[in-house]
Amino acid sequence: MTDISKDAMMPPRSFLSQDAIQMFYRLLAALLICAVLAVLSDSFLSLGNILNVLRQASLTFFIASGLTLVVLTAGLDLSVGANVALSACIAGTVIHKTGSPALGILTGLACGGIVGLLNGVMVTALRIPSFIATYGMLWVLNGLTYWYMAGETLHGFPAGFRQIGSGYLFGLPIPVYLLLVFLGIGTLFAQRTIWGQEIYAIGANPVAARLSGIPVARRLLLVYAVSGTMAGLASIIFLSRLNSAEADIGESLTLPAIAAVLIGGTSLFGGVGTVFGTFIGALILTLVLNGMNLLSVSANWQPLVTGIIVILAVWLDMKTRRRAQ
Amino acid sequence: MSDALPVEVTSPTPLLELRGISKEFPGVKALDDVSFAIYPGEVHMLLGENGAGKSSLMKVLCGAYRADAGEFYYKGEKVAISSTADAQKLGIAVIFQEFSLVPYLDIAQNIFLGREPKGRIPGTIARSKILADAKHVLDTIGFDIDPSTTVDKLGVAQQQMVEIAKAISQNARILVMDEPTAALSDRETELLFALIARLKADGVSIVYISHRMAEVFALGDRITVLRDGRRIDGVRPADVTPDQLVRMMVGRNVDMTYPRNFADKPGELLLEVKGLTASTGISDINIEVRRGEIVGLCGLVGSGRSEVARAIFGADPTSSGEIIFDGKSMSGEPDLAARRGIALIPESRKSEGLALLRSVSDNLVVSALKKLFPSGLFDQRGAQRTSDALIRQLRIATPSARQTVGLLSGGNQQKVVIGKWLAAGSKLFIFDEPTRGIDIGAKSEIFALIDRLVAEGAAALMISSEQVEICHVCDRAYVMREGRIAGHLTRNELTEENIVRLGMHHA
Repeated sequence: MTDISKDAMMPPRSFLSQDAIQMFYRLLAALLICAVLAVLSDSFLSLGNILNVLRQASLTFFIASGLTLVVLTAGLDLSVGANVALSACIAGTVIHKTGSPALGILTGLACGGIVGLLNGVMVTALRIPSFIATYGMLWVLNGLTYWYMAGETLHGFPAGFRQIGSGYLFGLPIPVYLLLVFLGIGTLFAQRTIWGQEIYAIGANPVAARLSGIPVARRLLLVYAVSGTMAGLASIIFLSRLNSAEADIGESLTLPAIAAVLIGGTSLFGGVGTVFGTFIGALILTLVLNGMNLLSVSANWQPLVTGIIVILAVWLDMKTRRRAQ
Repeated sequence: MSDALPVEVTSPTPLLELRGISKEFPGVKALDDVSFAIYPGEVHMLLGENGAGKSSLMKVLCGAYRADAGEFYYKGEKVAISSTADAQKLGIAVIFQEFSLVPYLDIAQNIFLGREPKGRIPGTIARSKILADAKHVLDTIGFDIDPSTTVDKLGVAQQQMVEIAKAISQNARILVMDEPTAALSDRETELLFALIARLKADGVSIVYISHRMAEVFALGDRITVLRDGRRIDGVRPADVTPDQLVRMMVGRNVDMTYPRNFADKPGELLLEVKGLTASTGISDINIEVRRGEIVGLCGLVGSGRSEVARAIFGADPTSSGEIIFDGKSMSGEPDLAARRGIALIPESRKSEGLALLRSVSDNLVVSALKKLFPSGLFDQRGAQRTSDALIRQLRIATPSARQTVGLLSGGNQQKVVIGKWLAAGSKLFIFDEPTRGIDIGAKSEIFALIDRLVAEGAAALMISSEQVEICHVCDRAYVMREGRIAGHLTRNELTEENIVRLGMHHA
């Protein structure tokens, strides 16, 4: 094929990369929402409310950060919400039976991680498309959880354990510290490790990645296991914050997590996106919902607004990317 | 190959004439005052290096691009081509390299896609009429196949036939073909040439883009050479030599014999393949490659050359046999082969060699991550330094290491694929059609690079369909036929005749 343009004449990339510009727009959007809410509502800028937003955003972020890695490889994990429910119920049972929060936390993380690993096995060894494999897993996990709980509710956990989700340290909720820690770890992992680089390479072109000597199957296993483990972590926060667990708690978690990933600028086609973007995505999502609550807009409108934001964000991304090409 | 039919250049008015066509893109003049005429029933060869403007001219012709300046004349009358519909009305059809057929529809449905004859009940399609009409069109081009066969069951050559049938069914009088033989075997190429002769006899004109000199002389009635968006000359095949054409395309003298410093004595054994068999269709493959050697692997397209390369690299599973690399037996996935020091430069760089949306730097370091960052911690500046060095060493034409690799030209993309294995410090380089779709200047650069690599103690196994290249560059060569090694040619025996003789089917 012949190329139209001569390489030497191509304009060099601008100083700021495309990704940096898009991230800048996202931060700007988040700030704009804050400014609007600060004007419209007196209570928005109160410390209590801001901490509340961060705490709410953290739960979505924990699930969405692991999911981001999966989406970076051009995959999808639809089982995260169901995974949170199962992990929470199992962890809750362990704490009740043994009285040991530490053991409960470990079981919750392990349960999430094992589910993720099974997803990874389905995607790599059985070569089932991730969308379908994790969709099936969603039903399997729901079935297991409903059977296991048999309509019961777990309730009442040790005070020390409840600190994780609802406690404060130097005036900040503990989940906010966890959020910052995992934002740091996630960003470091994706941008500053060779595994992270390989994950981007796999998402951009899995065939080329394999023929470049990247152990694609092993990296995919890792990515799904991490996604599952982060769901396990979210289940612990959830359990300790609500002080209870039921079989159906996961049902409202998956779609917001996917929304955060997409609003954050990660492409469903793989190879493009950042964990920090997902954090901003989770923040924007939470800010909007928080604002609607403060302005006494009926909660019935929230799904509609979320949908519009997702579509807008993805459309704007595609538009700027097309222009850059 | 049949002799070219007599051309009616006596016919005073061309079927279609382009005068003073210009097309500009930001920063580059793709076409600069190009004039070009097509006469009825002629094969008009369009020649030029990558970036010379062939594609742009083709796209202007079929209405995909709108010319900034210039005029079109159809049978002497001024017309406008500003959309693909305009071009279609004038009977212009393009057969692109990538086909636009729907894989799960059958041949007849593909031919009449979007203009199906209506059935008696409103909203239905007259299936029997489609099949009959398709059969008729296929007959006119001499393609004997059941029109209800789905397209995904067809080979590349057959799909091309369907594309041509589709164009003919739309009453195309001018067929534009972009490197139509690039993916065809010799036998299929002959069939295509026969079809072209038939279309010519029916008065269909053909604009034919090719990188292969032999085709230009076998088929062409006239040749137009483009360079840097300008028309350099229009000649008749009888009046020029291949060397002259190359000079017109490149604008300077290019040495078509690639320089090679042949080693007096090959080094130690690096790769030994014993009795390798795989379900991909290769059996009992025995190959040796020594340090300091470039070993050719030739044969027809489909004879199993790429499958051998993939099996050695671990990309396809093998069923029996042994691969011994650097003294140790080896079996496993490509990551193991890469770690041991084998590099594969695959045939299709865009789909198998590069992450097109990532940067030049990302692509250059992807195979060397462990080597460059043994701690596991990636550092963008370190990657940048390595990339900058490779860009200089390989003379990759890119504004910076951060440029998206998909925006580079074919030759520079190929250099990036090679560069990533240089960064990894590979010892054996397996090249699968390293010069496909690359212009002549970049070709000799790539061969000079391979020569340097083996001079420094590496080894190369090179697959190529260009027998001239094999003969000029390789120390020796294996010839494959139907999934087996049909023979081995030493440096003295390495001629095009011998390669063809060993590689031909004797059916």
